[in-house]
Amino acid sequence: MRPPSWILSFLVFAPAVGAALVALAPRRDSLLRGIALAASLVSLGVAAYLFWNFPPGEPGFWITESAGWVPALGIGYRLGVDGISLPLVALTALLFPVALVGTWEAVRSRVKEYLVLLLLLETAVLGTFLALDLVLFYVFWEAVLVPMYFLIGLWGSERRAYAALKFFLFTMAGSVLMLLAIAGLYLATGTFDFQALTAGQIPAALQGWLFAAFALAFAIKVPLFPLHTWLPDAHTEAPTAGSVILAGLLLKMGTYGLVRFGLGLFPEAARAASPWFLTLAVVGILYGAAVAYAQRDVKRLVAYSSVSHLGFVVLGTFALTPQGLAGALLQMVNHGISTGALFLMVGVLYERAHTRALDAFGGVARVMPTFAALSLFVVFSSAALPGTNGFVGEFLVLLGAFRRGPLWAALAAGGVVLSAVYLLWMVQRVYFGAPTPQVRAFPPLRGYEALSLAVLVAAILWIGLYPRPWLARSEAAVQALVQRVAQQAQTPSPWAGGRP
Amino acid sequence: MSLDLTPLYPEMVVTAVALVVLLGDTVVRSRGAGVAWLVLGLVGLAAAGALVWRTEPGSFGTLYVRDGLANALQAVALAVAAVGLLLARDYLVRMGLDRGEYSALLLVSTVGAMLMVSSQDLLFLFVALETLSVPLYVLAGFARDSRRSQEASLKYFLLGSFASALLLYGVALVYGVTGSTGLGRLAAAQPSFPLLAGLGLVVVGLGFKAAAVPFHAWAPDVYEGAPVPAAAFMSVLAKVGAVGALLRLLPVSLPHLVPAWQPLLSAVAAATMVVGNLAALRQTNLKRMLAYSSVAHAGYLLIGVAAGNGAGVWSAVYYLAVYGAMNLGAFGVLTLLERAGMEADEVDDLRGLADRAPAAAAAFALFMASLTGLPPTAGFLGKFYLFTAALQAGLLWLAVVGVLTSVVSVGYYLRAAYAAYTGPGRAGVRVRPAPWAGLGLGVSAAATLLFGLLPGPLTTWAQRVASLLR
Repeated sequence: MRPPSWILSFLVFAPAVGAALVALAPRRDSLLRGIALAASLVSLGVAAYLFWNFPPGEPGFWITESAGWVPALGIGYRLGVDGISLPLVALTALLFPVALVGTWEAVRSRVKEYLVLLLLLETAVLGTFLALDLVLFYVFWEAVLVPMYFLIGLWGSERRAYAALKFFLFTMAGSVLMLLAIAGLYLATGTFDFQALTAGQIPAALQGWLFAAFALAFAIKVPLFPLHTWLPDAHTEAPTAGSVILAGLLLKMGTYGLVRFGLGLFPEAARAASPWFLTLAVVGILYGAAVAYAQRDVKRLVAYSSVSHLGFVVLGTFALTPQGLAGALLQMVNHGISTGALFLMVGVLYERAHTRALDAFGGVARVMPTFAALSLFVVFSSAALPGTNGFVGEFLVLLGAFRRGPLWAALAAGGVVLSAVYLLWMVQRVYFGAPTPQVRAFPPLRGYEALSLAVLVAAILWIGLYPRPWLARSEAAVQALVQRVAQQAQTPSPWAGGRP
Repeated sequence: MSLDLTPLYPEMVVTAVALVVLLGDTVVRSRGAGVAWLVLGLVGLAAAGALVWRTEPGSFGTLYVRDGLANALQAVALAVAAVGLLLARDYLVRMGLDRGEYSALLLVSTVGAMLMVSSQDLLFLFVALETLSVPLYVLAGFARDSRRSQEASLKYFLLGSFASALLLYGVALVYGVTGSTGLGRLAAAQPSFPLLAGLGLVVVGLGFKAAAVPFHAWAPDVYEGAPVPAAAFMSVLAKVGAVGALLRLLPVSLPHLVPAWQPLLSAVAAATMVVGNLAALRQTNLKRMLAYSSVAHAGYLLIGVAAGNGAGVWSAVYYLAVYGAMNLGAFGVLTLLERAGMEADEVDDLRGLADRAPAAAAAFALFMASLTGLPPTAGFLGKFYLFTAALQAGLLWLAVVGVLTSVVSVGYYLRAAYAAYTGPGRAGVRVRPAPWAGLGLGVSAAATLLFGLLPGPLTTWAQRVASLLR
């Protein structure tokens, strides 16, 4: 049975309603947290319902919702879910309650403002993944910035003001040109409707410029090397929940944009530019891993690992093969889960030690065995060990990349090895060895911390051992998209290394 | 020639109310009189608004025209005046400036703006411009005991007179070429150097009122010295009048000369956006910052003029409405702050506002986000429409300058919003309860949010402007 179309609006705006309730409720922290959690659980319930009932084999949009928004210009309120957006919607709906629970008592000042911003952020992220109108998409895309700016700037650590502004300026500078491209696209085609745009074909002469403007916005958000310099600062300075959302979801907005709009609207241009993206992705994979290894700050290490792992997503996307794209989609979800969990781990450590320096830790496993066990699963997932979700995703990406060009796959595989190196090195330094006096005094893992990590570890094992439900739901949409790119792009790739 | 006065009824109502307030204030000297004048002013503005809504298009001789553009901009001017009255009330009482003249001057100035956007004749435009300006000079110096305020008034008056003189000289040149000061005759004029020079001087005079670069130098000093509510009002109303007149003069009356004036206007718009935004980055005084911000916004509005097409005209009208709401709101929050009986106007004075007045802080953050042009606030779609109009006119570079300077503006708008949410409040800075200003802020915030979330009706309304033009 197909659910009613308003279910999408309900999913997107349930957190916003929660934000309004939190804003109006009296300032009792536990009550406010309860409302916020309830609102995000409502969205999670709807997302789970959609995920379960989504028919595998559906190549197009399963549910769409449409209403006039600015009728005078044909700007519509259009939402839709298909096999590409569904996994990301599910991930979003999962990560927000997990982040709320995992940092239940981590924020003690201005709890009300904190929760309002977090819930507004959830609405904006969900809207970004579901919007099928370019202006509406841009509205949600940019609406993410202000809540995130304040989350970093108000509840972050020492250099928060700098990091927050840098995050804002980088992402906005990238996206304003996309705004002009949206306007240009409208003037050329007369519509902002994504489905109408993909039904026709965008003039080839325009595709190059428009794709460049869109891709720049997305590449900064991903972030693709060399546009990543905002990321370590923002991720490191943000409060734990902010880092979880930032790494787990906001980066996915960039990769999702590349898939949905980059490939979807501009197949020819995307095809022509794919060698550049593949190269930058591989550079990012290796560079991010190398720099992560050099970090002395746990959170910065995790931040740089994101640069490396997001390289895999871009590699899979621009391999333009079904395996690569399916792997990229799954890897978006995987990275959201594993890096979200990594940042929760770092948050647990920081809550106790009030430092993120690797040298300050040692022997945590002796003092907090449950925490160490959960952490190991998370690290294995991030290092893509078989049995975890990371393995499935990265394997598919490498397979897809190999079919495009063995060299890229070979170089990227080096990144898998490197990520095992820096992650296991981190585990050894933090969890094993003799506990330092400070570590010995650590309070045990709290219930809410254990719960949030356990949920994510369960997801890691689920996708790692039985990825079928995830892959089956996106398979048809991925096939359709890859075919569309292959059909519309008859121009040969400027770089001869690829096997089409 | 018909001398039907019907099209002028809205202006006549506002003028009458202004006179009643001015005379009444000299007669009635009781305590409640101030509120009575405020309510009377609001009722008068509402009545004029209703008349604008109902009045059929028409004209008064060859001087004055009431068409879609005039109706739309007059409605904006009336709304701005109403919020301007609300924002001023509590401040004036607190500062011991509670005199009826304030309302009277504000209303007369509004009449000036209403006449400016309806002028079909350059000389009539000059008279309307002076009707707008002279009360603004007085409002800038309304705090008679403050030297800052006196200085602001004098500076504004001297430079403003200079600009008016240039405008008048331009009118003379145009008259010399076409034998008329009517805009109707201009439509048939062939481009020639004296004509373009005359038009250029008229543009200079109007650009001064709109605070466009390079005629913007007065703005920061005047805004800093003027009482906050006066600065709030003049920053918006003068732009409604000046940009409205520019729209009527250039895209509406001189569409056949677009190639002649478009490069000049584009250059002015670009320079205004760049200079305004860059200068605002360096300000620590909030009033100066908002002054440069309003310079920058003159630049965004001028994109609509420079585009020279219908989309540019209605986008500028839309943006004037949005700008009115968000800029009045931004200044309005300032009217709540006080330090030792004086204005607290440093950016750092905002510190701790979130703890003392959460609603005001949230509204301030909203206005800052809207001024930056961030969705889902009204400022976003306003800028989007303007940039789209520029692209439609083939002015890609101007749109690029527009979006990039918007990114720059993040640096100062968000810094101010951030200040409101950080740190303990500054010693000596107090937040004063202000019910009337609170109402004005509520209206501004609601408009800023509503035009952002449900922009459909306002867009349709603004678009009618372009279609109603001949």
